[in-house]
Amino acid sequence: MSGGGRIPLPFHDAAALALRDGQLRRNLGTVTGAIRAKRTAVTEELPDWQALRAAGKAIKDHTLRNLGHYLTQLEAAVTSRGGTVHWARDATEANRIVRELVAASGEREVVKVKSMTTDEIGLNEALAEDGVVAIETDLAELIVQLAGEEPSHILVPAIHKNRAEIRELFLRAFELDPSELNDDPADLAAAARSFLRERFLEARVAVSGANFAVADTGTIAIVESEGNGRMCLTLPETLITVMGIEKVLPSWRDLEVFLQLLPRSSTAERMNPYTSFFSGTTDGDGPSAFHLVLLDAGRSRTLADEVGRETLRCIRCSACLNVCPIYERVGGHPYGSVYPGPIGAILNPQLRGAPNDAELPYASTLCGACYEVCPVAIDIPTILIEMRRRVVEGSPRRPRRLSATVEDVALRAAARIFASPSRYEAAQRLARLGQAPFVRKGVLRNLPGQLSGWSESRDLRPIPARPFRSWWRERAATAVEEGEK
Amino acid sequence: MPRAALFVPCYVDTLYPEAAVAMVRLLERLGVQLDFPDTQTCCGQMHVNTGYQAEALPLLRNFVAAFAGAEAVVAPSASCVATVRHMYPAMAERSGDRGLIDAVTELTPRVRELSEYLVDDLGVTDVGAYFPHSVVYHPTCHSSRLLEVGDRPLALLRAVAGIRLMPMPRADACCGFGGTFAIKNAEISAAMLADKVADVLHAQAEVVVAADNSCLMHIGGGLSRQRTGVRTLHLAEVLATTEDAGSGAPA
Repeated sequence: MSGGGRIPLPFHDAAALALRDGQLRRNLGTVTGAIRAKRTAVTEELPDWQALRAAGKAIKDHTLRNLGHYLTQLEAAVTSRGGTVHWARDATEANRIVRELVAASGEREVVKVKSMTTDEIGLNEALAEDGVVAIETDLAELIVQLAGEEPSHILVPAIHKNRAEIRELFLRAFELDPSELNDDPADLAAAARSFLRERFLEARVAVSGANFAVADTGTIAIVESEGNGRMCLTLPETLITVMGIEKVLPSWRDLEVFLQLLPRSSTAERMNPYTSFFSGTTDGDGPSAFHLVLLDAGRSRTLADEVGRETLRCIRCSACLNVCPIYERVGGHPYGSVYPGPIGAILNPQLRGAPNDAELPYASTLCGACYEVCPVAIDIPTILIEMRRRVVEGSPRRPRRLSATVEDVALRAAARIFASPSRYEAAQRLARLGQAPFVRKGVLRNLPGQLSGWSESRDLRPIPARPFRSWWRERAATAVEEGEK
Repeated sequence: MPRAALFVPCYVDTLYPEAAVAMVRLLERLGVQLDFPDTQTCCGQMHVNTGYQAEALPLLRNFVAAFAGAEAVVAPSASCVATVRHMYPAMAERSGDRGLIDAVTELTPRVRELSEYLVDDLGVTDVGAYFPHSVVYHPTCHSSRLLEVGDRPLALLRAVAGIRLMPMPRADACCGFGGTFAIKNAEISAAMLADKVADVLHAQAEVVVAADNSCLMHIGGGLSRQRTGVRTLHLAEVLATTEDAGSGAPA
């Protein structure tokens, strides 16, 4: 994944900075709050929502267990319908394949359908190395691209921006006079439309991702809200689709489940506005050349992982972002990846494994709101705990920390104390004595070291003189004495 | 007569003994014969949830040994019960110790959070409590999402004489505690707490009640720092209070 422009800070530091941005928190709070309420309404109205979730989970698990079979079936079907299938082990290979295809076309500009996978591999930056400009045609992706920023949400990449900020951006990017544009959403969309329409009409190469691929017919499904994606899929001569290998489904009837799960979970819509399907090429209709790049980039390794593999069920709906209390307060950028929020906290350490990714599994209170809304029932909290275990214990991909941290020392000492009832009771007595310097007016204040983060904004009651176990023993002793009288 | 062993988590034992005392008063009033196996220490939740699963394994063994053979194990903590029921089986499995796996499989279904024990095992919702105060109930994340206790605590509270239950806005929002999260990401945790405190104040209750002292420690820490005058009480403390005897909590 490319790191260009992303905040290079560790999650904790980047999050602390983001928290101080009052405008950002207001923008995020407004949007996530609204979409949460809508999602709840459109999922609760379905009597069989939980059955749909179970079906989505079962279909994905079945497909992942037989992934090799369905991928080769997909390859055969795409090829028989006039498409070309390319296999990419990693981001570099996928980018090289796309660069070569674009170079062969001689084009200097490509239009893009909103795609997480091409963001994941840093395709735009790779094409830029060849002097090829990739124009994002999804409105929010375009906003982020024009601002020179990174998406901060899977579905609403410009969630961190409000309309006043977007107007400022468009005035500069489209070289408009302030009198020509106000911050009305319809006017902003119109300004983007007139910019994009020219690009659609000129473009000869388009690049897309894929929401789903149907193995038995070789059909790619793209789900979007604006129709800009469909422009890209139909007008250019060459279409290149980059998709993660986990996106394949066995057959069309499986789409019945996912085309209910996805829109209701992501945009909180009952039906998706623009759903495009295409299978290979057709003479005189749409692109005359179709290339499908199948991307691994850590997916088959994740599939081999007994605990982590269910992460691959993800359909990138972003419901988990919208309900996450951490995401709601810091936004997507501190995660340092195109996949932020709870799903990013388990996906990045597995797919990518960048140095800062070790912090991501800790960016959660384990409240479980993500698991509750996940349309394919990914048990994110349990995987977070497993990812944390691997950070502490080390794993084949990430060696154990060389020197012990303060936390290592403290928690290992605590474990030794708790392992013995007598050491535990001695520690209770010591803690009661040791707290004296920190007690002010009946509360614990200004705690030392790493505990200061707590006492900066919360009081803590001092440890009382008598733990429960002493009360219990004294009561039992009194009862015995009274019995003897 | 039903029998139960008390599982009093380390932070309740040490910091909030009155919650465990209240649970004793309540259960004895309902005719439960109680034991307190005093070799119990800590279930290891903090270790497991922070990634120190290997370090927590001896704590799991200690727990299993302390409660072996108990008819039922009752705790005033949803999150510790959730650790035992949800994490212990996988941890035992990972240890490869057949005896431990069997012991965990046999014991963990009998480990119950207080409201589960009262409503499901004893079959009571009216425990004869009297609490003439306005109360707002915080459904903790682990009680509602991991244990799925649903409205059991609310059903128990509704049956309390004299109580006035106030609705909590955004009740299902996490308070921001999250164990070591409150230390590691203290700023985000504080931002979440600020919103929870605002919601509690909006409810205009005298007391915040929950099924876990850990979340209450966090919410109460914020309420105290801001001098709001709103108290926190464990569910057991409200349910233990009767018209003639008070809560019977120690001084």
